[in-house]
Amino acid sequence: MSPTLIQHALLLSLALFAIGVVGVFLRRNVITVFMCIELMLNAGNLAFIAFSRAWGNLEGQVLVFFVLTVAAAEAAVGLAIIISIHRHKDTLDVDAFNLMKW
Amino acid sequence: MSIALFQAILFYVFGALALGAALVMVAQRNPTYSAFALIVTLVSLSAVFGLLGSPFIAALQIIVYAGAIMVLFLFVLMLLNVRTEVRAPGEGRVFKLVAIGFGALLVGEIGSVLVAARPALAGGFDASARQVARLLFETQYLYVFEATSILILASLVGAIALAKRDPSP
Amino acid sequence: MSLTPLQQEIAISALKVLVIFGALMSLFSGMTYIERRVLAFMQFRLGPNRTGPFGILQPVADGIKLFFKEEVIPAGANKLLFVAAPALAVVTAFLAVAVVPYGGTIHIKGRPILLQISDLEVGVLYLFAISSLGVYGIVMAGWAANNKYTLIGGLRSSAQMFSYELALGLSFVTLIMVAGSFRIRDIVDSQAGWIWHWNAIRQLPAFAVFLVAATAEVNRTPFDLPEAETELVAGFHTEYSSMRFALLQMAEYINMITASAVGANLFLGGWHFGLPGVPSSPLWFIGKMLAFLFFFIWLRGTVPRFRYDQLMHFGWKVLVPVAMAWIFVAAALVLWRQA
Repeated sequence: MSPTLIQHALLLSLALFAIGVVGVFLRRNVITVFMCIELMLNAGNLAFIAFSRAWGNLEGQVLVFFVLTVAAAEAAVGLAIIISIHRHKDTLDVDAFNLMKW
Repeated sequence: MSIALFQAILFYVFGALALGAALVMVAQRNPTYSAFALIVTLVSLSAVFGLLGSPFIAALQIIVYAGAIMVLFLFVLMLLNVRTEVRAPGEGRVFKLVAIGFGALLVGEIGSVLVAARPALAGGFDASARQVARLLFETQYLYVFEATSILILASLVGAIALAKRDPSP
Repeated sequence: MSLTPLQQEIAISALKVLVIFGALMSLFSGMTYIERRVLAFMQFRLGPNRTGPFGILQPVADGIKLFFKEEVIPAGANKLLFVAAPALAVVTAFLAVAVVPYGGTIHIKGRPILLQISDLEVGVLYLFAISSLGVYGIVMAGWAANNKYTLIGGLRSSAQMFSYELALGLSFVTLIMVAGSFRIRDIVDSQAGWIWHWNAIRQLPAFAVFLVAATAEVNRTPFDLPEAETELVAGFHTEYSSMRFALLQMAEYINMITASAVGANLFLGGWHFGLPGVPSSPLWFIGKMLAFLFFFIWLRGTVPRFRYDQLMHFGWKVLVPVAMAWIFVAAALVLWRQA
């Protein structure tokens, strides 16, 4: 374990976050977009853990614990919403979810 | 060959695996393959957490994320019988380039800060379950913990209410 | 020796892995034979007794038969996932054995060696995590075969597995509370001494919940609806033949062996005998594990299968409340004893 490793962990977190952002832009299936959002959350978790290791502060671990729980709750509700929209529209294309567009 | 070198090698292996699986997830047309690629990313990230001295969070990551949330995703994908994404030919190429451009800009901006930084390394780091639990239950995070349990209850009820089929009269 | 300490550690770990892997494989092939024989005797008939004396070579005959069978991949099946599913199931089954201890500490040439491949600080959580990952092999196998029966079987089986995983985890909570640690070794050592220190007696409700939840986790009767031969054709492994089927069966038996080993460690005192004078040894652990395996076979020969809705009702509305109620009671007892 060396400080360079922590720096590389942070760079990995950045790369994963950027991949998630590009995925949210580019994908057309709403469930895949949702998965890219989960990837971004995980990149944030990695950054928290890396900093917690760097500064010896355990609050980073506690925050990751809460991010994990909230992500689970959000995934459940988000998927339920997607299921009920699919029942009406019978498609999972993000461009088709445009009822609120003005 | 020392323990530190071994840990560094494992870190790079799992880091590369996480990165590769994330790229597969974003590039793959079939959503089920994307889901499995995300599972690989989550498990490799759990290994990285373990290498960064947090065994408790590493185990929780697999139990909660890879073992519960992704099962939920897979169930929805299989029940909704999702097909492979059909890409309209030639459409949105400019959009794709702009998106990748923004991603590269993000990496460039934050990366320039990170590369110049010199993170510290705390000695005597003890992130065992006991210490994390002490922080969780003996400080102000206890309130957040209780609020999270109410949040989970609300999301449980909400998900069931939203996904239920209307009983036809 | 001229190896550095790190290389010595790696060599000892590799040796432990080889020993445990070999023991598991032989126990697996032995179990296929023993199960058929014991089940047959319970049903008042003889089991396989033609191949070799008393039919002992039956596993060998089964292996040869499966080896030469034709491997069929159904048309329209997702080839990649179809091939990967049994591999994933077997890998997760074997991964769980890495934290199961089978003895105390032995000393070779003054060097203490733990009889466990990896003494993780979060051992019980690791077991829970690996059993969560075990769901994927089954769900992948059910979906990849492009067959509506296997899909339903796979989804039912994975729903059953993660429902009973909840009860299983809750039953472990009281053990962790009393032992004060997530290490499996510490939980075993908290049961040293007399036989009434065993968690099966001290924490009987947790033991009852564990027995039921572990049977459901490994998809054994009475919870084997997803793979029952008389329902849903053969459930999620209908389309598998030859070696891939053998791999899925191996995954199930290894899961059963791991569940027995974990039960023997966490509830029956592991390698301690139950009388203070008798020295602890891996033999007592193996005996208890075999007792658990016999219990699984006994259940199969005795109890009828649960219907799927009865199964889910039982898991969520009976086991989880019982486990949670016992957590409250046990926590109160721990606090009272500390005061």
